[in-house]
Amino acid sequence: MGSNVRDLMREGLAAGWNHIDATRLSANLALEADVVIVGSGAGGGVAAELLATEGLRVVIVEEGPLWTTSDFRMREAEAYPNLYQESAARKTADKAVNILQGRSVGGSTTVNWTSSFRTPPETLAYWQGALGIKPLSAEAMAPWFAAMEHRLGVRTWAVEPNENNAILARGARQLGIEARVIPRNVRGCWNIGYCGMGCPTGAKQSMLVTTLPSAMAKGATLVSRLRAERLLLDGKQRVVALRGLALQADGIRPGNIEVTIRARHFIVAGGAIGSPALLMRSGVPDPHGLLGQRTFLHPTVVSAGVFKDRVDGYAGAPQSIYSDHFLHQHPIDGPLGFKLETPPLHPVLYATTLQGFGEGHAEKMRDFPHAQVTIALVRDGFHPQSRGGRVKLRGDGSPYLDYPLDDVYWEAARRALLAMAEIQFAAGAGRVTPVHEETPGFASWSEAKRGIADLRLKPLLCRVVSAHVMGGCAMGDSPARGVVDHRGRHFQLENLTVCDGSVFPTSIGANPQLSIYGLAARNISLLAADLLGRPTPAIL
Amino acid sequence: MMTLVTRRDFLKAGLGGSVLLACAGCVTAAADDEAEMLAAVASAVLAGVLPASPAQRQAAISETVAGVRRAIAGLSAAAQKEVGELFTLLTLAPARRLVAGVSSSWGSAGDEEVSNFLNRWRYSRFALLQGAYAALHDLVLGAWYARPEAWPTIGYPGTPEIF
Repeated sequence: MGSNVRDLMREGLAAGWNHIDATRLSANLALEADVVIVGSGAGGGVAAELLATEGLRVVIVEEGPLWTTSDFRMREAEAYPNLYQESAARKTADKAVNILQGRSVGGSTTVNWTSSFRTPPETLAYWQGALGIKPLSAEAMAPWFAAMEHRLGVRTWAVEPNENNAILARGARQLGIEARVIPRNVRGCWNIGYCGMGCPTGAKQSMLVTTLPSAMAKGATLVSRLRAERLLLDGKQRVVALRGLALQADGIRPGNIEVTIRARHFIVAGGAIGSPALLMRSGVPDPHGLLGQRTFLHPTVVSAGVFKDRVDGYAGAPQSIYSDHFLHQHPIDGPLGFKLETPPLHPVLYATTLQGFGEGHAEKMRDFPHAQVTIALVRDGFHPQSRGGRVKLRGDGSPYLDYPLDDVYWEAARRALLAMAEIQFAAGAGRVTPVHEETPGFASWSEAKRGIADLRLKPLLCRVVSAHVMGGCAMGDSPARGVVDHRGRHFQLENLTVCDGSVFPTSIGANPQLSIYGLAARNISLLAADLLGRPTPAIL
Repeated sequence: MMTLVTRRDFLKAGLGGSVLLACAGCVTAAADDEAEMLAAVASAVLAGVLPASPAQRQAAISETVAGVRRAIAGLSAAAQKEVGELFTLLTLAPARRLVAGVSSSWGSAGDEEVSNFLNRWRYSRFALLQGAYAALHDLVLGAWYARPEAWPTIGYPGTPEIF
């Protein structure tokens, strides 16, 4: 480890910060706090820093392990089992969508690809207009986004895009399609390209190197590898404690050791699958049957192009160019739009995503350094028929997402596969292969145009992936239309706040991390004033 | 939209027998049988990348099977149970013949016979079998390409030495 890379978390632990690895407990434990935060990702991290800064006693509970900067060795074989939900193989109920979601201290912010977009104004306008969530205007949210951009070093990427992204920009320009540079939450980024396996230099401003060390330096306690089993309710109006189960040494199965944490206030920030699941297990009142409903994924289709020159898609900032052109072709609640981006290419991620096996697969893998991949993130949750999925519980209490891909989705997926192929050929691809079990790929745009028009688009034939889980504890303007209000306050339980991507009532239409940071900063600032008995700050 | 078919429905509809299901639920595949099945699947999935020398080929397959097992150990408890049931089903000779359509034992089935089975599941009209194919696809290819030994064959220079 070079001396110029700092590992703030490890330094702090050595200096005596409070961390309990629940797998090492040998007896039940009872803790007390002012506020318990379940989850240490984008929502929980921001909440922890703001509340600890106010002098409140905070306990952060995380189901995943504590891995810090010096543990990140850029190896897929280590990163996926240790840093992702279900070893990066989390699937929807019918196995048709593979979900990448973080599961370690820092949550998905530890492993995301750093793209940092404000919530698009048209998304906020839809929430205000169609859903009645009046206070969340683009103007009212702007200062919160600005504050978090400042906190996390968000800046438009000033370095040349890597070739994987440059091809997207080039192809789009050829066709007169606007493509722009992505803002990233990095400071002193080395442009290596392994963000998805945890940043080995500490440059990515994830919660692991920003808000969480800040909170812990102010006395917050972190309990890792503890599954938040249920909230214990006092009657039907208050939460009195969180009961957690320590995981066994495998980090997967809970054992018999319980950690009970009593507190004044409870913040649920376990992500859009984990949060509704915790409330469901806890028997939290759900009078209108909204809990776990309308969970969105930006279900994403994938197109692989092969180029004469090397692309080396594993090297360099993984996401630096995007196009929103196809989000603006129709009204927001019309046929589904999609955002174009690129993923990093790493051997396991690429090999498992590509269709087929045997010689056909081997042949595609031999093109690995010459492959460019474009992805289309479909904006779900606005069209009246795009209702997303539903979080359900298995017999053992673990959650899964039932997300049926319907005709409204497939219509958009076909447009997306066409758009990506046209852009890749315009950029000079010799061959373009939609990731779909029934096509060997195409050698020209005219061939692709005909071929994609005829593809059978169905679950498990067309590869669909997601890295953005949103919804399930939707905010609304009334208990009949939401689980929580615009501040994340639960409509039925007075000391419960939901603070993560689960509160979004639709998908975002952009990578969601900054949307979570901004809303969390607003809502937890308001909560802190309440808890400290101060007047509510005047906000727009 | 596609109708979801549970394993129970599939076995009832497709085979008229819940006996196999009962078996798969209550027994665990013997480790040796499972390794033999996975080796046969790996051999077919990795055709085109396995080394030519029989000894090296055998070693590469063994490492991949070990990698598959490590990957499974990292899955959620629910996913581990599902994969375990799939493997148990495949190691039961009647199921291997009837559900997978592989008449030879896994130890003697050739790549062509195993490839045909994989393709039948890949294009099956039953979501359950398509999903099972996808699991085998991801597990075997993931285990193979996680190994640094596989990287030179695809022109991947490996993770950078940055420190």
